[in-house]
Amino acid sequence: MSVRISRWLAEHWVLGVALLVLGYLFLPIGVVAGLSFNRPSSRLSYDFNEFTLDNWRNPCATSDMCDAVLRSVQIGFLATVVATVLGTLMAFALARHRFRGRSGLNVLIFLPMATPELVLGTSLLALFVSGGVPLGFWTIVIAHVMFCVSFVVVTVKARLSGMDGRLEEAAMDLYASEWQTFRRITLPLVLPGIVAAALLAFSLSFDDFIVTNFNSGTTVTFPMYVWGAAQRGIPPQVNVIGTAMFAVALLLVLATSLRGRRARRAAIAPAPRQVGGRP
Amino acid sequence: MSALAHAPTGSGQPASPPPAARSGRHRLLPYLLLLPGAAWLFLFFVVPLVQLAAASLYDPSGSLSTGYTLTWAVGNYPTALQAYWPQFGRSFLFAGIALVLALLMGYPLAYAIAQKAGRWKNLLLVCVIAPMFTSFLVRTLAWKTILSDNGWLVGLLRDVHLLGPDGRLLATPIAVVLGLTYNFLPFLVLPLYASLERLDHRLLEAASDLYASPLRTFRRVTLPLSMPGLIAGTLLFFIPATGDYINAELLGTPNEYMIGNVIDSAFLVRLDYPQGAALSFLLMSAILAVVFGYLRRAGTEEVL
Amino acid sequence: MARDTPAGDLRLANLTKTFGAFTAVDSLNLTIPQGSFFALLGASGCGKTTTLRMVAGLERPTSGQVLLGDRDIARLRPHKRPVNTVFQSYALFPHLDIFENVAFGPRRRGIRAVDEQVRQMLSLVQLDGYGRRRPAQLSGGQQQRVALARALINQPQVLLLDEPLGALDLKLRRQMQIELKRIQTEVGITFVHVTHDQEEAMTMADTVAVMNAGRIEQLGPPAEIYEFPATAFVANFLGQSNLIAGDVFGRSGSDLLVTAHGARFSVPAGRSRTDHGPVFVGVRPEKLHLADTAVQVPAGRQHLEGTVTDASYVGVSTQYLLRTGWGSELSVFVANSGAQQRFAVGDRAVAYWDPRHAFLLGRRADEEDRTIPVLDEPIGASS
Repeated sequence: MSVRISRWLAEHWVLGVALLVLGYLFLPIGVVAGLSFNRPSSRLSYDFNEFTLDNWRNPCATSDMCDAVLRSVQIGFLATVVATVLGTLMAFALARHRFRGRSGLNVLIFLPMATPELVLGTSLLALFVSGGVPLGFWTIVIAHVMFCVSFVVVTVKARLSGMDGRLEEAAMDLYASEWQTFRRITLPLVLPGIVAAALLAFSLSFDDFIVTNFNSGTTVTFPMYVWGAAQRGIPPQVNVIGTAMFAVALLLVLATSLRGRRARRAAIAPAPRQVGGRP
Repeated sequence: MSALAHAPTGSGQPASPPPAARSGRHRLLPYLLLLPGAAWLFLFFVVPLVQLAAASLYDPSGSLSTGYTLTWAVGNYPTALQAYWPQFGRSFLFAGIALVLALLMGYPLAYAIAQKAGRWKNLLLVCVIAPMFTSFLVRTLAWKTILSDNGWLVGLLRDVHLLGPDGRLLATPIAVVLGLTYNFLPFLVLPLYASLERLDHRLLEAASDLYASPLRTFRRVTLPLSMPGLIAGTLLFFIPATGDYINAELLGTPNEYMIGNVIDSAFLVRLDYPQGAALSFLLMSAILAVVFGYLRRAGTEEVL
Repeated sequence: MARDTPAGDLRLANLTKTFGAFTAVDSLNLTIPQGSFFALLGASGCGKTTTLRMVAGLERPTSGQVLLGDRDIARLRPHKRPVNTVFQSYALFPHLDIFENVAFGPRRRGIRAVDEQVRQMLSLVQLDGYGRRRPAQLSGGQQQRVALARALINQPQVLLLDEPLGALDLKLRRQMQIELKRIQTEVGITFVHVTHDQEEAMTMADTVAVMNAGRIEQLGPPAEIYEFPATAFVANFLGQSNLIAGDVFGRSGSDLLVTAHGARFSVPAGRSRTDHGPVFVGVRPEKLHLADTAVQVPAGRQHLEGTVTDASYVGVSTQYLLRTGWGSELSVFVANSGAQQRFAVGDRAVAYWDPRHAFLLGRRADEEDRTIPVLDEPIGASS
């Protein structure tokens, strides 16, 4: 009997540890979600006091927070568009062309990801100050594009090099010109990679604090707002935003994976022999 | 995830032919594609680093209002180091301890998802990434709630006498290390998962078939084969953890301050740019030294 | 495009392709008659796929011409050539359904009303009603047929097939071989088929070219190549041969006389690739008969005596290895027709053959017997 228990433990302890670690990862999320329904007893209190839906009904009760969220969305959107375009072009060059200076370029793309954010932030600040560039909305966008580009390149390049080169050859063989091949075959097939890269860029930009902190001047993004509020007392609406972001992102991910699963299930379904599908 | 494994081809041609030699008019194309992105990185990554290097050598007696002059004041470095070596040491110490903790938690997690989860694999993977959907700062503030003196965790630990009656977690090194571990754990798990996922389960069966104990199988087969992911994950964890100052600020006290806090205040509070720049450079060089030393020992350059 | 050019034979003239120092295709000359089913057969890396890719326009020839009729298409871009390809891994567009995959070519050529044509094509490959499915939802054999329909709908002058059946299992492969042959007869387009599978080539093609190291070793109808190979490579690449090393020492009437390992053989001059010097006497294993040493060998047959060292029963036949007096092992395939005597390992036996079934090949002086297949040499169906 005990042999069986110890065997079972030997087989499954890894899974048990994994679930515990996942619990650790989700613990603060639970706290955030809980506090989003809290009516705090005082400004500086983080303890659960009383259940309320007020924070969800009135997320913009503290209006400067919603301004900050909006500004983060704007910055995130701009930085994402620019970084995705620049990064995708670079990924195509790296995956599809031979040129001189490839290794140097790879280093240039890799280094920003390996450099501590702190250094990225301070060095840009040094540049902007010495160049007399006023800090604010646009310096934040510039900074965000800079640290997002590398991640876009890596993501899109992975998708491109995972693509079967024969598909493009097949298109050319079937009378598609180079432009048509790109539009009809390459682009649609790489698109999921580009979308993933864009989502990654947006989330990096939206959540960035360190680089932004050095280059924002008086402009307040959502993380900057939270940072500032942490000294004065956090309004519970911050937890509403945190929970909502989590829920939206989770729904997005689950929806896409569910779609993928349905497509896979359809693939297993029996073939319609001579029926259906014909007008 | 992407199981685009090319079936071995019958003929001797490479599975996916190299980019065909294009005609002359395409020779410029790669450069045109690269130009905007590379220019951006050059202007806003390389040039700023040079500027930062210059700033670290400014005359320390200058100020933002009076202006700085480049006097090659190399002395900024020893001065800064002398003043802030405890914070420096703490950065590496805290990040190092957090890394060990994260490995102890992250390896079983990545292994379980890659090899044991079966059809739950994708869901569990989403669970690893999901916490990152909530803002970094908001999560860290949640830890502040969890670790607070009148929270249930401290109460529990006091009840089982792991903490003294007035022992606390918040505002201690433990809280900072715990926060670091928590915030960067997914960066460690994801690459580790990617390389464990590629690990062929039959190899483990073969190893145990050849009379290897589970421990030996792990040491001789699993661990070496997961090395690329382990290295990438360790770096992705260690680099941001060392440079972080949010955890120390929100979960610690000035006694737990790391070098990031000092640099932050040098630039934004004390406005001592030469010192802030010197410290930034020291941090970057120290991290690079650790990283390259580590890569050399790990004996691989295939990180990304 | 340019559908009005006079259709004609596909001719490769001095076609050469080098990759750095490596010569993949070595000044190839080849004429493929219009409407024929032509197979390029060879082992991995022999240059057959490179040849095909040059015809398709996916690889630029280093030198030489690709002529279609009398038009040189070697420097046209792939989408300007009246040539289509069925790719090895099918290369179906995963994001388009079957209908759109098949309609891809016509649409690129500006044809609007493609419905009827696509329907006919899907019907030709027996995939009616599959139009709205995605490639990933089809089995390997079905995907293969979509790839075929996608190429054929363009009515190319030449259809190129790159190992088209390589990814299918044995049974499906047999079925598709017959299917492909039927479709080729039906549409009458020139098919150029690249494969490493000798059986596939022989089943389908009118003409087979055996390629080795960038050159063509032999070209002809499958039966002719099999019965009378031109080189030792062909003799053992297409099926299996017993090649006994010997030397021509004379002539008797229309026969060449050969001495090998102290024994004397004769081979009809009409079945000889050379008439002097070092040679191989070749006999296919199934052309050998096996008899008890006590039995009189029929008149006019040549024979060798030996010891059975291996007997493998494979259903339709039993395959024996017979060790000769000088140590070589001959392969002998005996059909299991029920009439034959069985031999056990260790038995003495006589192998005999009709000299008209033997063939004579040139040999380098240092080459020895080549009987049982050598491991590091590609044989038939290995990949």
